[in-house]
Amino acid sequence: MSTAALHETAHHEAHGDAHHEHHHQETFITKYIFSQDHKTIAKQFLVTGIIWAFIGGLFSVIFRLQLADPNATYPFLEDFLGHWAKGGKLQPEFYYALVTMHGTILVFFVLTAGLSGTFANFLIPLQIGARDMASPMLNMLSYWFFFLASVIMMASLFVQTGPASGGWTIYPPLSALGEASSGSKIGMDLWLVSMAMFIVSSLLGGLNYITTILNMRTKGMSMTRMPLTIWALFFTAVLGVLSFPVLLSGAILLLFDRNLGTSFYLSDIVVAGKIMPNEGGSAILFQHLFWFLGHPEVYIILLPAMGMSSEILSVNSRKPIFGYMAMIGSLFAITILAFLVWAHHMFVTGLNPFLGSVFVLLTLLIAVPSAIKVFNWLTTLWKGNIRFTPAMMFAIGFVSLFISGGLTGIFLGNSALDIHLHDTYFVIAHFHIVMGVASFFGMYAGVYHWYPKMFGRYLNNTLSYIHFWITIVGAYMIFWPMHYEGLAGMPRRYYDFSNWESFKNFGGLNQFISIIALLVFAAQILFVINFFYSIWKGRKVTTLNPWNANTLEWTTPIRPGHGNWPGDIPEVHRWPYDYAKDGKDFIPQDVPVGDDESKH
Amino acid sequence: METEVIKPKNKIHPHKFTLWVGIGSIVMMFAGLTSAYIVKRNQAGWVSYNLPTAFWYSTVVILLSSLTVHLAEKAFKVREMSKYRKLMAATLFLGLIFIVTQILGFKEFWKMGMTLQANVSFSFLYVIVGLHAVHVIGGVIALIVMSLSAFSKKTRNYSVVPVELISTYWHFVDILWVYLLIFLIMIK
Repeated sequence: MSTAALHETAHHEAHGDAHHEHHHQETFITKYIFSQDHKTIAKQFLVTGIIWAFIGGLFSVIFRLQLADPNATYPFLEDFLGHWAKGGKLQPEFYYALVTMHGTILVFFVLTAGLSGTFANFLIPLQIGARDMASPMLNMLSYWFFFLASVIMMASLFVQTGPASGGWTIYPPLSALGEASSGSKIGMDLWLVSMAMFIVSSLLGGLNYITTILNMRTKGMSMTRMPLTIWALFFTAVLGVLSFPVLLSGAILLLFDRNLGTSFYLSDIVVAGKIMPNEGGSAILFQHLFWFLGHPEVYIILLPAMGMSSEILSVNSRKPIFGYMAMIGSLFAITILAFLVWAHHMFVTGLNPFLGSVFVLLTLLIAVPSAIKVFNWLTTLWKGNIRFTPAMMFAIGFVSLFISGGLTGIFLGNSALDIHLHDTYFVIAHFHIVMGVASFFGMYAGVYHWYPKMFGRYLNNTLSYIHFWITIVGAYMIFWPMHYEGLAGMPRRYYDFSNWESFKNFGGLNQFISIIALLVFAAQILFVINFFYSIWKGRKVTTLNPWNANTLEWTTPIRPGHGNWPGDIPEVHRWPYDYAKDGKDFIPQDVPVGDDESKH
Repeated sequence: METEVIKPKNKIHPHKFTLWVGIGSIVMMFAGLTSAYIVKRNQAGWVSYNLPTAFWYSTVVILLSSLTVHLAEKAFKVREMSKYRKLMAATLFLGLIFIVTQILGFKEFWKMGMTLQANVSFSFLYVIVGLHAVHVIGGVIALIVMSLSAFSKKTRNYSVVPVELISTYWHFVDILWVYLLIFLIMIK
């Protein structure tokens, strides 16, 4: 008997298992807690992400209170934070802990796990026509590692010396020596352990996403018939699988430095008059290892938002996406370039200027695929029959923010300008708009668009529009002024600006930003209320395809069970963007191509 | 010829594909560590060293084990189950020997004054070789599970996928070791 035949049998067995899984009796625990259904896991990621977003957002509100008026006291803070806000005034150490944890939580726990964890899990099997992920077991483990990471990070908020406070980039020596600050003690160890768990979670997820997309597509779903969401999630997973391990190696070396007395990152250090024994290390080495992940991480956050916005823009413009292949090509180009630009975060570390100019060139090259994407989004909207659903509003908002934030990236990518702008509020404004808020908009667009598929109900429209307008106007009002502060040289991570003659005049502006931040945070609470209220009380979905979209997820029942399709998986006959074709508003992917049909 | 007819359109089993992507991921981790090593080597305070002799025994052992796991896979495919069992047990045994020789190597290195904290170059050796050993231990655990089911009277082993998975992974840690060995000899 041939090996191939054996192979074949095994293959069928594996598939057979997946097909029959949904016939098994499910208990509460297997259905809602240790579930292997990709849709439930997606919701677990989403809800955990929302909880983290609330905490991370609350932190920003607290430190904005401090920046609004550094001399004011808020007695209620003492009730709430204890000795971290003695007499109602935030302690400087805790201010650093807040900005550090705000960054860590939003970058990793919300916009990585909450965003790709949710939508890769939810959309990949549904849109490519698969019963579930390639390995539902690994998928479940991916969530539970994330949960474990969350518990550890949460615990670090409550230790006596406070959570990690060396900035979300945890540069040594601050992060490597317990003596350096109170936030460099046990809080830092917990941060590293939590991140190690987080990396395991992302890797397990990423492995699964890649394998599922390449191996489990339904009949007829060739790679060039996949929705752009799937392409974007695919490249996101590739980025994660190749860059997170490098951060892991950096973190392992840091753990050795902290706990086993090695000197990978440490040399000639004096802490409070005490000479440390460490010799021969280099703190810059950590920055290389960190940013080799850190830069791709930006695209891990951004690409899913790009993919979902592309899909939502096309569906709600009732037009095919403009330049489908160019969209895939530009995603690919961004993925490659993402690995080649990390040193632009390190222009002022004493990097060789020639090397710096190479990184400037590679960094500015990213403008090309980004511009292609923006052009294609705008041309998709052009002369479209636009439906301004909440999801569409957020997708358009995403494009707007991506343009505004992307343009300042061209300033920062220049090493000569970066010498002035590095570590100022200009950087804060740039990355918050282009990566933070833009990705949040992509995520909101995704939630509003696929909520009916997730829960079988609609979100309240009025609340959704209020949420949108406050958020977009507020986001610009918060971050636009920061560009001016940054150009004036105002540094990030400062606890109190009132002692500097040059920054005193920004007091009023800082107050303004803080008030808007408070308002925007309130609007997000509105969304959270809308989200949870509508799960139980929202208007019920009554049609299979509420947005008249072409993709496969809308061919499943309104509330699909484990296995997604009760009968056979539909076969795919066309690309997902047949809108306004041959006099028809839309033609779903599972409709066979007619004899007299024109080519797209 | 019949193989042509029944060959599935999906060329590769999803689990095998997942393993390959995972291997890519592990490669990136070691690429990160070895490039850090190269960067560090060009800075002040680097001390060159010779590898402990026990690591040469490690190399012989792991190369042999790669051969036995390959033969085990072949035996499984032609359903020579007793041969398969013996070869799996041999691979497991060699895997354990590999771990032992690694520990001996570390001890030898430590006794020569090259302790973990003495110099960054030594620290790197412990971390890089140690992390590789962790990956071998993972493989050994998988081999224990496979051997138990191979010798068990109750389980019947038909699917070739797990055998191919462990074989691929084991060859990978073998190749990784050879790469690290050459790397540590060339760049010291």
